[in-house]
Amino acid sequence: MAVDNTEKRLKALGIRETLALLWKQRYLQLMVLPGIIWMIIFNYIPMGGIVIAFKNFKITKTISEAPWVGFEHFIEFFSDSAFSNILTNTLGISLLKLCIGFPLPIIFALLLNEIRSVKFKKAVQTISYLPHFISWVVLGGILITWLEKSGMVNDLLIGLGIIKERISFLGEARFFWVLALISDSWKELGWSAIIYLAAISGVDQQMYEAATVDGANKIHKIWYITLPSIAGTISILLVLAVSGMLNSNFDQIFILKNVLNVSRSEVIDTYVYQMGMSAGRFSYATAVGLFKSVIAMILLLIANKTTSKLQGRSLY
Amino acid sequence: MPQLSAKVKYTNSNIIKRRPGEHIFDILNVIIMLFVCIASIYPIWYVLVNSLNDATDAMTGGIYLWPRVFSLANYQKVLETSGIGQSFKISVLRTLIGTVFSVFFTAMVAYGLSKEYLVGRKLYMAMGTITLFFSGGLIPGFLLLKNLNLLDSFWVFIFPSMFSFYNLLIFNSFFREIPKALEESARIDGAQDMTVFFKIVLPLSKPVLATIALFNGVYHWNDYFAGVMYINDTSLEPIQTYMYRIIAESTSNMLSNNISSAITQTTTSTSIKLATMVITTVPIICVYPFLQKYFVKGMMIGAVKE
Repeated sequence: MAVDNTEKRLKALGIRETLALLWKQRYLQLMVLPGIIWMIIFNYIPMGGIVIAFKNFKITKTISEAPWVGFEHFIEFFSDSAFSNILTNTLGISLLKLCIGFPLPIIFALLLNEIRSVKFKKAVQTISYLPHFISWVVLGGILITWLEKSGMVNDLLIGLGIIKERISFLGEARFFWVLALISDSWKELGWSAIIYLAAISGVDQQMYEAATVDGANKIHKIWYITLPSIAGTISILLVLAVSGMLNSNFDQIFILKNVLNVSRSEVIDTYVYQMGMSAGRFSYATAVGLFKSVIAMILLLIANKTTSKLQGRSLY
Repeated sequence: MPQLSAKVKYTNSNIIKRRPGEHIFDILNVIIMLFVCIASIYPIWYVLVNSLNDATDAMTGGIYLWPRVFSLANYQKVLETSGIGQSFKISVLRTLIGTVFSVFFTAMVAYGLSKEYLVGRKLYMAMGTITLFFSGGLIPGFLLLKNLNLLDSFWVFIFPSMFSFYNLLIFNSFFREIPKALEESARIDGAQDMTVFFKIVLPLSKPVLATIALFNGVYHWNDYFAGVMYINDTSLEPIQTYMYRIIAESTSNMLSNNISSAITQTTTSTSIKLATMVITTVPIICVYPFLQKYFVKGMMIGAVKE
């Protein structure tokens, strides 16, 4: 109500009245202004900097001095032999995370909710957050140590008789996707479950009681009551996950990537870094980054449309 | 089955009779949960135990549960290494300054934008919303910081992460819950917006301030990429970047050298690496159990917003 009134009043105001209103709320405006300036500098100027994707920019000269080259960098990227490989890796790792890494916290939350002892439940929850707070550098360091030929994983697998010869897991490209999936799921399992646990705790208890009277067992109750009740939460998070598919977990991949596994570990984000920062090809790297942003935008729109059709609600 | 013991608390329902299948389910479930707990704790335990073991002895491997030859020598060596103290200091400084700047700056802007009568609010909100979905990307961002002369400067850790529109939305939803009467009574007493914000709104917003501060603090403490990307001067390196450099160097050593020639060198430095990891992680581990309820709350405010 109040909002409508203010807006109507604002629309009816002339320049003189607007200025008077601005003067009246000058302190409020002064509080907002630094934020707007910050956004212009740190968000919008770099967005303008995207033009170098269509230019041949050299670090020694200014952006306006650089000659226009149109879509040359994009064409080069699409025809590069690395293109299909990078796209495969990005999508492959993301799809693995989406198909396996996404449902895991849901399952974990459902199972944790079935724990009868409140104390044990709390303890498990707190402990399962721990990996989320450990940086990828430390975690990556641990993984590298474990996965070495002389490391613990090899000791374990040989001890169990699963493998006969020691394997350098991070030194062989074929293991990279699975390692990326496992380490990511492990780090975020407990943390991602928070939202689902909260959604589950909001489910009406009477439904469970009614179901019990009707003779439903645990699996029935999870399947027919809990899951449908949290479907909204799941679908929102799914939209976010799908739209973020081209955003590989840079921190993770960057630390686990090495010369030997690069054929399966180079994703769009690391490629942008490689081309821009290591090779100094700023324009080309920006073009690759822009390609990613555009596709991510389209994915977001599609994912949101789909869930809003299915669920009758949308993200925005 | 006379299972109606009053001591047992049922979380879901007052089940009078439990089926035999559910016993198995419960037992399996507890085992799964214990497994999750062990998996969450063990890596840190492994690092701790190995860092407390004599380095040469640790080379033979097999230290999983307890130090075999207890020794603090690794820590001594780490602390003697020049650079690590400086990196630790940079991390502490950037975490403190970065968090304070970012929390109060974002909160101030959020307060202004939480007022519906603010002229230009729609435009400002639209500007912010765009930043949630689209950014210039890595290279234009780098060029900007270069032009701003922020490369190889401590402030590169502070300014670019000082404001977050996402956090602003979290603040906004909290500020809107504050009873209007409180602010208005202060205004009647002649207080200006700034005074109302600092004297009334901020003290009432401690939970959300704590939440955002913690998110920011963890980000600043754990971030290594800004140091890799924008810093060449090792005296400005945060501890995570320092750690990253050690790991990246020893990995490339390991890959390029023959295993036999590298073995003494790399395994000794493995123990030192692990000790450094412990030093890097201890602050977070000490703090997180006490603060996790704020994180959970913050996740929830964020989720409602989405």
